[in-house]
Amino acid sequence: MTTELFIQYLMAGITYGSIYAIVAIGFNIIYNTTGIINFAQGEFVMFGGMISITLLQFMPLPLAILSAVAITMLIGALIEICFIRWLKSPSVLRLIIITIGISILSREVAVHIWGESIRSLPYFVGNEITSISIFGARISPQVLWVVAASGLMVICLGIFFQITSVGREMRASASNRKAATLCGINTQNMVTLSFVLSAGIGALAGCVMSPITYSQYDMGTGLAIKGFTVAILGGLGSSGGAVAAGLLLGIIEAFSVSVVPLAFQDAISIAILLIILFVRPQGLFGSKEAAGLKEF
Amino acid sequence: MKKFASKFLMAVMAVSLCAVPALAENIKVGAILAVTGGASFLGGPEARSLEMLVEEVNSKGGINGNKIELIIKDSAASPEKAISFAKQLIEEEKVLAIIGPSTSGETMKIKNICEQAKTPLLSCGAAEVIVNPVASYVFKTPQKDSFAVKKIFMEMNKMGISKVAVLAGNTGFGKAGKGQLLKLAPEFGIEIVETEVYDKKSNDLSAVVAKIKANKDVQAVINWSIVPAQAIVAKNMRQAGWDVPLFQSHGFGNIKYVEAAGAAAEGIIFPAGRLLIADSLPADNPQKELLMAYKKNYEAKFNEPASTFGGHGYDAFTILMAAIAEGGNDRDKVRAAIEGLTNFAGTGGVFNFSAEDHNGLGIDAFQMMTVKDGKFVAYTGK
Repeated sequence: MTTELFIQYLMAGITYGSIYAIVAIGFNIIYNTTGIINFAQGEFVMFGGMISITLLQFMPLPLAILSAVAITMLIGALIEICFIRWLKSPSVLRLIIITIGISILSREVAVHIWGESIRSLPYFVGNEITSISIFGARISPQVLWVVAASGLMVICLGIFFQITSVGREMRASASNRKAATLCGINTQNMVTLSFVLSAGIGALAGCVMSPITYSQYDMGTGLAIKGFTVAILGGLGSSGGAVAAGLLLGIIEAFSVSVVPLAFQDAISIAILLIILFVRPQGLFGSKEAAGLKEF
Repeated sequence: MKKFASKFLMAVMAVSLCAVPALAENIKVGAILAVTGGASFLGGPEARSLEMLVEEVNSKGGINGNKIELIIKDSAASPEKAISFAKQLIEEEKVLAIIGPSTSGETMKIKNICEQAKTPLLSCGAAEVIVNPVASYVFKTPQKDSFAVKKIFMEMNKMGISKVAVLAGNTGFGKAGKGQLLKLAPEFGIEIVETEVYDKKSNDLSAVVAKIKANKDVQAVINWSIVPAQAIVAKNMRQAGWDVPLFQSHGFGNIKYVEAAGAAAEGIIFPAGRLLIADSLPADNPQKELLMAYKKNYEAKFNEPASTFGGHGYDAFTILMAAIAEGGNDRDKVRAAIEGLTNFAGTGGVFNFSAEDHNGLGIDAFQMMTVKDGKFVAYTGK
C-alpha cells in the first residue's frame, strides 16, 4: 500500500469516525443523566441538517446553522418534557421503548415536512469538487470542518462538565440522583438539560456533515446504530472513550475496504459490537466496577 | 321490526340496482405504485402523472364516452403489499388492468398472479426478467437495462476505453445492472478490472474510490445505483482529484441528483430517455410534441421537474388508453390490442409491441446524455 493510499484511507476513516463519535457522545450525555439509551439520537442529527437546509433560504449559512441547532435543542427539550418528565420512576426498558417510538415519530414528521428526497447544505468552503492535498492524498475541506467541529465539541463539553456549576450539577445527578436531590439540585431539570445538550450536539453534527453525506428523513437509524456501537465500544458514558472508539471504528471500516468487499463494511462494525458485548461488555475504556453499578 | 328491516333492505337493493347502470360506464383501472418508502422517487412521479392524465382523459369525456376510474394503491415498495393489492384489485375491484408496480422486485412477485387472473399488467419496473420470458398478460414501459448497458459499452468503444471499474448499490436495480454489465462486457471487448458493491445507505464512498483509483488500469468508472449514492460517488471521485469518465445508469435521469452532486455532476455520461432533453430535440422527432406537453403540464401542475420515471407511468397509461379505445372494457381484447400497438410514441421511446416483445422499445430509445452547467444535454462525444 502506498503512503498516498494509506493517508486517503486514514482520512476517510477519520471522517466517518468523527461523525460516529459525535453521535456516541450524544448517547453518552443522556445515558449519564438518565441511564437510558436515547434511540432518537440519530433523528436529532437529521433534524439539524434538515432544519438548517430549510432556513438557508431565508438567512446566511452561519445563522441558519445556529438557528437549526437552537430549534433542535428546543425539540429535544419538548421531547423530554412531553414524553419522559412526567413518568414516575419508569423502568429503563420502558424509557428505551419510548425513545424508539420518538425516533419513529420523528421520521414520520420529517417525511411529511420535507418529503423523501435528499438535500444538502452547500460546502462551507469551495464546492463539490474542491479538494486539498495532504501528503499526496486529496480530501475535501469539509472533512476538516467535521473533524474540527467534533474536536471543539469534545473540548467544550469537557470544560462544561468539569468547570461550570451546571455541568457539575449534571454530573452529580448522574452519579447519584437521590444524593443530588438532597443537595438541592433539581435533577429533573438536569435530565431536560441533557436532552437539550445532546440534541444540540446532534444538530451541529447534522449540519457539518450534510455537505458530505447529504440529509434525508431516514438517515437517523443507521447513524444511531453506528453511534451505539461506538458508545458501547468506548464504554457507555465516557466521552473520551467515545472519541477514541469512534475514530477506531471509522478507521477499521475504511481500511477494511482494502481487504474485504465494501458490502461487508457494516457487517464488520456489527461484528465488533457483538464481540465487545460478549468479551468486554464495559467497553474498551470503561472499568468493570463502574459498569457493575449501572442498571443497563 | 323485522318487516321494516326487510323493507329497508329491499329499498337499498332497489337503489343500488338503479345505481349500477350509471356506474357501468366507468372503466376501472388499478395502479400499484411505491408512492412512499424507499422507491418513492419512482412511485411519486408515476402516481402524480397518472392522476394528471386521468383528469385530462375524463375532462375530455373519457375513452369512447366511458370515464376512467383510477384506483391507486401505495405499496411503499413492499412486495408483500404489492401481492395483496394485486389480489384485491383483481378480485374485489375487478379492474380491467393494473399499472405498476414501480419496482422490478414487486413486479416479479405479481407477474404470475396477473397472468393467472388474465389481467393485463403494465409494469414500470426496469428489469428485463419482467418480459423475458414473455408472459402473455405482462408488459413493461421502461427501457430494458441490457440496452442501457449496451449503449454505455458502445460509447466506450467509441471513446477507446477498454478497462473499467464497476460500482453498484446493493438494491435489486444495482444487482441486475451489475449482472448485465458483467455478462455483456466481453461482447464489446471491455474488461472489468474492479467491482465493488456498496450498501444503498452508504453516505461516504471515499475509501472505496481511493481503492479503485489505486488501480492504474482503470480508464472509466460505471456506477449502477439509485439515490443518493450516485451523487456521492461523483463527489468522492472528483474530490480525490480523479478525472476519468464516470458513467451512470439510466437511474440518473432526475435533475435533483444533478443538483445534489453540484459541480461534481459535470461531465457524467449516462443513457436515458429523451424526456430530459425534450427542449433541444429536432422538431421532426416523433416524441418531441408529447414530451414537451407532458413536461409542461406536469411541471405546471406539481411544481417539480418532470423525470423519466414519471414518464414510465405516463407511457403505461397512454398505452392502456390506446388499447381500451380499441378493445373496450374487455381484458382479453385490451391485451391483444396492446400487443398489436406499433409506432406508438411515448416518453420512453417509440413502442413497437409484438407477441414476442412486450416492452416494445429498441436500443435507440436511449440517448447518451451528459451534464453541462447543471443541465442535461445530449452527449456528442469528445
